Amino acid sequence: MIQESTLDPGQASFRKTVLAGDYFIHVVKRGQTFRILDLEGNQAADTLFYNADDPAERYSAIDTIREQGNIYLTAGSKLLSTQCNEMLEIVADTCGRHDTLGGACATESNTVRYALEKKCMHACRDSWMLAVAEHEEFGIGKRDITHNINFFMNVPVTADGQLTFEDGISDAGKYVEMQALMDVIVLISNCPQLNNPCNAYNPTPIEVLVWD
Amino acid sequence: MSRKPKNPREVLYEDTIPGGAHWSMLMRQGMILRLVDREGGANAGMLFFNPTDHLERYNAPDTLKCQHTFKLGKGHCLYSDMGRIFCSITDDSVGWHDTVGGNSNSQGVRKKWGEHNYQDFHNDWYLNGHDSFLVEMAKYGMNQRDMAANLNLFSKVEVDDVGNMYFVEDNSKAGDYIELRFEMDTLVVFHTCPHPMNPAAEYPKKPVTYQLMEAARPSKDDLCRNSREENQRGFKNTELYNLGCHCR
Repeated sequence: MIQESTLDPGQASFRKTVLAGDYFIHVVKRGQTFRILDLEGNQAADTLFYNADDPAERYSAIDTIREQGNIYLTAGSKLLSTQCNEMLEIVADTCGRHDTLGGACATESNTVRYALEKKCMHACRDSWMLAVAEHEEFGIGKRDITHNINFFMNVPVTADGQLTFEDGISDAGKYVEMQALMDVIVLISNCPQLNNPCNAYNPTPIEVLVWD
Repeated sequence: MSRKPKNPREVLYEDTIPGGAHWSMLMRQGMILRLVDREGGANAGMLFFNPTDHLERYNAPDTLKCQHTFKLGKGHCLYSDMGRIFCSITDDSVGWHDTVGGNSNSQGVRKKWGEHNYQDFHNDWYLNGHDSFLVEMAKYGMNQRDMAANLNLFSKVEVDDVGNMYFVEDNSKAGDYIELRFEMDTLVVFHTCPHPMNPAAEYPKKPVTYQLMEAARPSKDDLCRNSREENQRGFKNTELYNLGCHCR
């Protein structure tokens, strides 16, 4: 569902450009609004959320889609935790559909998907591994790295049970915006995947904005 | 260590887990776990871990993505997050097993079927999938941080063209079965609690029989290995892993 935001980027309390292949980790406080902006189009922002007070409670893709009865995320979607608590609500979305089934790329899964000799190409999970290694203060490790959201990615499921990867439906300037319903740690890998036609083999930067 | 070769298909052990219960076990590489829905309408919630490194666990997104599928059935492989195959579905009479519907929890079970606690009902209480996993996982030193999106064998959740999810009743019939052939040593954690989307009026207590058998070694033209090029590579990764820890 397309829902535009009324918030003014000039009034944001925090802005940061995250380059392709980099990670972003940051606490968003309850009540703050958080936007991910696709600066050049068809980028994938592989995103995980944790309860900042207890990172053992984290975003749960399966609980989120089951409780809303729909596999796609868009405006109105409430992102639930592993304990079925509401973590964030998507309040604006100019893309219309985001994936939470396809997971993130990892060097190991790249060997399966593309070729054994591609195992040393940069991947989302490596960005997350570096993030948790460089930020031990958050208390997150590999155990906590799970099933994420792929903002701006289009992964339709067919009635006969196929999972397909379509060209992105995002574009330069499209964004998704969430209001935090608890204090959350946001962990993003701005996807470095060079083997997938969905980003035209060209990973590009995103911008993250926060409003109080 | 070598084991005495057994006649393939000989059932070495068989047991039945009652509905609404949980169990766990180690499956060695080369073994088959055959699960049978005794009465129809069963659900087997399941997770896999590497017994020597619990950080390696079943990964539903990787499993679906690399095989371009939303449903699981004969010919599919079930992957870890490390690009390896815990097990292959070598036979299946159901045709559609779920791995996106998730797990029942105490709030959901109570809301749908009422309070049915141990104090009043003893072992006829209504267990839920989440607590069942926690109990089994704790036996190996794991907790909720080790949880992942699980399998719901015998259950079907389909999706329409706008993404709405529907639970399909009567997906599995009495006598339906699925066979998992383990390609590496795997800790199997499972429960027989109802699927969280099951709309049944009464809490469904559906027993599942499990049988252990020795598998023939996968041949070069093995169905699961060759069902997709991705699975050929998944088998290679798993063989490389086994090279380091096994001599068969």
